Amino acid sequence: MKHTISLLVENKFGVLARIAGLFSARGYNIASLAVSETLDPDISYMTIVVEAKDVKILEQIKKQLNKLIDVITVTDFTKKEHVDRELVLAKVKYSAKNKSKLENVFKKYVGKIVQHKTDVAIIEAVGDNGQIKSLLDELNKFGIQELIRTGKLAISN
Amino acid sequence: MKGSQILLESLKREGVEVIFGYPGGQVLPIFDSLYDSDIKFILTRHEQGAAHAADGYARATGKAGVCLATSGPGATNLVTGIANAYMDSIPMVAITGQVKSFLIGNDAFQEADVTGITRPITKHNYLVKDIKDLVRIIREAFYIASTGRPGPVLIDIPSDIQVMDAEFNWPQDIKMRTYNPTLFGHPGQIKKAAKLIAAAKKPIIYAGGGVITSGAHKELKILAEKINAPLTWTLMGIGAFASTHELALGMLGMHGTAYANHAIMESDLIIAVGARFDDRVTGRLDAFAPYAKIIHIDVDPSSISKNVNVHIPIVGDAKNILIELLKEIKNTPDTGDWLKTVEGWKKKYPLSYKDDGKLKPQFVIEQLYEATEGEAIITTEVGQNQMWAAQWYKYTAPRTFISSGGLGTMGFGLPAAIGVKVGCPERVVFDIAGDGSIQMNIQELMTCTANKINVKVAILNNGYLGMVRQWQELFYKRRYSQVGITSPDFVKLAESYGAVGICVTKKEEVRPALEKAINTDNTVLIDFRVEPEENVFPMVPAGQAINQFIGGLA
Repeated sequence: MKHTISLLVENKFGVLARIAGLFSARGYNIASLAVSETLDPDISYMTIVVEAKDVKILEQIKKQLNKLIDVITVTDFTKKEHVDRELVLAKVKYSAKNKSKLENVFKKYVGKIVQHKTDVAIIEAVGDNGQIKSLLDELNKFGIQELIRTGKLAISN
Repeated sequence: MKGSQILLESLKREGVEVIFGYPGGQVLPIFDSLYDSDIKFILTRHEQGAAHAADGYARATGKAGVCLATSGPGATNLVTGIANAYMDSIPMVAITGQVKSFLIGNDAFQEADVTGITRPITKHNYLVKDIKDLVRIIREAFYIASTGRPGPVLIDIPSDIQVMDAEFNWPQDIKMRTYNPTLFGHPGQIKKAAKLIAAAKKPIIYAGGGVITSGAHKELKILAEKINAPLTWTLMGIGAFASTHELALGMLGMHGTAYANHAIMESDLIIAVGARFDDRVTGRLDAFAPYAKIIHIDVDPSSISKNVNVHIPIVGDAKNILIELLKEIKNTPDTGDWLKTVEGWKKKYPLSYKDDGKLKPQFVIEQLYEATEGEAIITTEVGQNQMWAAQWYKYTAPRTFISSGGLGTMGFGLPAAIGVKVGCPERVVFDIAGDGSIQMNIQELMTCTANKINVKVAILNNGYLGMVRQWQELFYKRRYSQVGITSPDFVKLAESYGAVGICVTKKEEVRPALEKAINTDNTVLIDFRVEPEENVFPMVPAGQAINQFIGGLA
């Protein structure tokens, strides 16, 4: 099962390596990871989606993260209300013929065609897991050539 | 002040009396400043020896041990010693030189990414990039190494930083927003624990190295006597409780006593203090202590419910928690019947070995106990020698059994003994060794004699890598694969290092040799030619429940 965890960490060199190393050393899998500076430039915010077979492993991950000296706080969103979003960029097959169909898709989603050439359009979209999934299902009908995602960002409410 | 002077002044203010280490190109400024310093320096013959010596010093004194090496190979040679200290939660500060800051990442001569290499085996590590941070980093390093669950901290200092000038501003307080170990147990949890203890019929105390780290041995004794519960310990917990005490069950686990293992398996309440339910202790996890509720006192929250599910976790310093717990225990359980049962196991399954007139390793250790009147500090190597040293010497005080527990590092014992002897010069220090292990850091004999660090080495020489041979005998149909090991003439070897060498082949020679070693004002190495195929029993095969013994003498 996937769990979303956020971390406030010291914004220093090597911190990401410590966190990534902790996961690899203990055989935990990172599904996605997003990092950036916060309002306080000394502190970074990480959203990590982890795969954990059971609650025990999730607990261990949180405790081990908490033990790292550069980690300030660990928040587990599994049972905590929060808002999460992911940004997707994709190259979708494009033609003058399906232009309006493609534009129609984006009436239901937060996203748009950013630019297009004669045969390919770059689209962007933002949404939660479910929204992104159903958008991608629809885009698949057009044909997705390339897809990149930021990984999840999560913020408590 | 120059960076190197700032370093040494800071070490002095941290109370550092001795550094174990080895010079090299990227620590030249530090060694130049050492020339004028009154901090004692012990030059080992290998950086690994320096790390283990610092570790042994820390285990014997309770103070953080300090080791120092140059960049690249100097630093990588420390790695095993750092990992060893990490696994056993030993406070240590390792200082390494690094190539000049502007060369880092350049594959410069003797460059290695030491903070990268040691990240998973240190509690924390630092690369000093700005001379202004140096004092704060040293202060934090000692604080982190010595508090909470202790561990090694490494400081990597580029050589250009060592010669830069800066003001020396010693910070009185250390404030770290990200590091605040929990020291006091939750009162509600302690109350619940007291209730559970009062209701228990078959309680057992399971003590680990955390008792020794926290200095909680007195409180532990009071607890055991107050609730009249038998007490067992881990390898790291040896010395936390007097093994001569009537409630003492000895060590548990793979080579624990049969009665300790039976007792924990049949118990209805385990009070774990500063122990982490390691796989060598629990054996097969799903079969471990099926009837027991568990109270787990530990300073490290990540140790709790890691391997076994705990009913009442209490996070904090063992001593603080035991003091509070003792106040809360108003009703004590009636353990009369339980103690009778335990006594029955003690009588039925005593620790034993076959005394057939041959020179047995267990006999050597029994004799060592008698010859030293139980007053020696024992270090060990790893393997059969370590298990026999754990089983057959009777430890009665903390910090008297110094052994590589978690990592199981062969070659630990001799350099560790150096650290112990430097920290406790008035004590008799014996390294109980095997003929395999001793050859892994034998060069440190020179460190002993050159510095008049008079440690004694008792080699239980059986011509084998004994523990591996034992496993091959028991689980691989005696297909002895690369376990026969030859050795030099240890007597001549000792003499060539300027030490005294004694060879013992007969039972009756054991005691006189030990007496001679104790009374000789020099490093002494005794080569005990013991029974080659003696096994360590009892033994629980890996992956079995810990009451499933094999090998006859359970």
